[in-house]
Amino acid sequence: MILRGKAWKFGDGISTDHVQPGKYFHLRGNLPELAKHVLEGAREDFPALFSPGDFVVGGRNFGLGSSREHAPTIIKLAGLGAVLAKSFARIFFRNAINVGLPLVICDTDQIQEGDELEVDLEAGIVRNTSRGAEIPFSPLPPFMVRILNDGGLFYHIRKHGDFQIE
Amino acid sequence: MGKTIAEKILSEHSGKDVSPGNYAVVNLDFMYMPDTSSPLTIDLLRQFKMDRARHPERTVFMFDHCVPAPRMEMANWHKKVREFAEQVGVKVHDVGNGILHQVAAESYIEPGWIVVGGDSHTCTGGAFGALATGMGSTDLGVAIAQGKTWMRVPETLKFQVGGEMPRGVYPKDLVLYIIGQITADGATYHAMEFCGSTIETMDMEGRLTLCNMAVEAGAKFGIVASDEKTREFLRAHGREKAYREVRPDPDAVYERTLEIEAPTLTPVVSHPHQVDNVKPIEEVEGTPIDQVFVGSCTNGRTGDLRLVASILNGKKRHPRTRLVVIPASRRVYLECLEEGIIKTLVQAGAAVDSPGCGPCAGIHLGILGENERCLSTTNRNFHGRMGDPSSFVYLASPATAAATALHGKITDPRKVV
Repeated sequence: MILRGKAWKFGDGISTDHVQPGKYFHLRGNLPELAKHVLEGAREDFPALFSPGDFVVGGRNFGLGSSREHAPTIIKLAGLGAVLAKSFARIFFRNAINVGLPLVICDTDQIQEGDELEVDLEAGIVRNTSRGAEIPFSPLPPFMVRILNDGGLFYHIRKHGDFQIE
Repeated sequence: MGKTIAEKILSEHSGKDVSPGNYAVVNLDFMYMPDTSSPLTIDLLRQFKMDRARHPERTVFMFDHCVPAPRMEMANWHKKVREFAEQVGVKVHDVGNGILHQVAAESYIEPGWIVVGGDSHTCTGGAFGALATGMGSTDLGVAIAQGKTWMRVPETLKFQVGGEMPRGVYPKDLVLYIIGQITADGATYHAMEFCGSTIETMDMEGRLTLCNMAVEAGAKFGIVASDEKTREFLRAHGREKAYREVRPDPDAVYERTLEIEAPTLTPVVSHPHQVDNVKPIEEVEGTPIDQVFVGSCTNGRTGDLRLVASILNGKKRHPRTRLVVIPASRRVYLECLEEGIIKTLVQAGAAVDSPGCGPCAGIHLGILGENERCLSTTNRNFHGRMGDPSSFVYLASPATAAATALHGKITDPRKVV
């Protein structure tokens, strides 16, 4: 699968409080409404800026903090294509795979705000077409790719009846 | 080759001899969820027609983040969870029982268990020599329906802490010091095992504080081997039969060992807006503070409130500094009432609320206004975490919180203890 979109840059340590600010806690029962505030805690005008398919590009430890699955869910629901970062916090990582949001661990210093990117999830390459650069990354473990391809963990369990980790 | 505690427990629960880097499906001993993440879990379980609990007796819902319900939306979440729990035969700890991790420690978690919870601070339970970790609503939903989950066997970091902690220095200072050293992603995907003479003499309350903060270094598990202190705690909570010794093998292999000499530690403060932004108290002393919060799954236990009351006894909080105190559980609240701790705190000018998470996650009961500064005994100080995006949260021990409430500015606790 090849994803295409524009890069929106964020710094190191983007927490789940940045992705889904606590002041919108009461909207958790209304995910489409909550998604209108995606990443507002890091950049107030962000929800009005991006187009469907664009990428969130972070630095180190993206998604640290709370276990709120609402964070990756609203990134996906808002129409963003994937999150690229140098590293991810553990719970965010699991949650993103579980809800079917692709994650890429790569050297995001080679990406600037506004760059046009092509992300090839199987080949493990980010092509920065604005700069003519290719950024390699290690594809996810096969077990997680299966969950992602099935559409998320609930779809995976419904399809196979159990975890297919082998 | 010897095994760390995480490798031992994961091997037992997967029926395989596993090593770091392996993936394993493990049977779960206990699954619990707060009111914030369980409504989404229930929606998903119903959507996928998996609305069942594989082990109802090992599954619990607890209301703590939004108690008593501050908004209609949240009242409806509670309603949804109560109805679902009744449908699948699962227990609910309703409004007033306390923070899920504290209730789990008092009433459920046993050494050697694997526990998953729908809240990142589930790692608190590692203080029993158990593996406890936080996950999202989907993982918990599948865990509740299937009775198992998948895990990657983590590498373990060993924190060998020796010697006596100096006056005015507490487990919170120790764990903040560690996070400051290794940074907020220094233990990502890892287990953190705390050991050494300092840990052996530390009571369970302190160990719960250490393990609670493991996730703030990115860890999957914070772990302390079980021992006589664990047995004592279980006995005090009517659960002595649950005791079992869980220790690492003497030849266990650690990715890295960090040695810390407790006598060299000093009180520290985690400065906004990252938990690993840890500074010696001297560097931040004198910063004016609008609100002090004492509570949370990190530092809202009886010993914490007792320490604060001992410092404030017969005195008043500073007139410009609000003091909010919230006991972590009903049991903590009762113990504090019986000992007169609550009376002392109220007389000192504290606003005391019923057990729950309070303002920690920015929901209610002490939200910060524009540019306000709060010194808090909680675990996170992210941008806007406790209210207005322009506000600031400083994390510290209960003693530092009490000294600060007294003087209206960040104050070295060694001046008052």
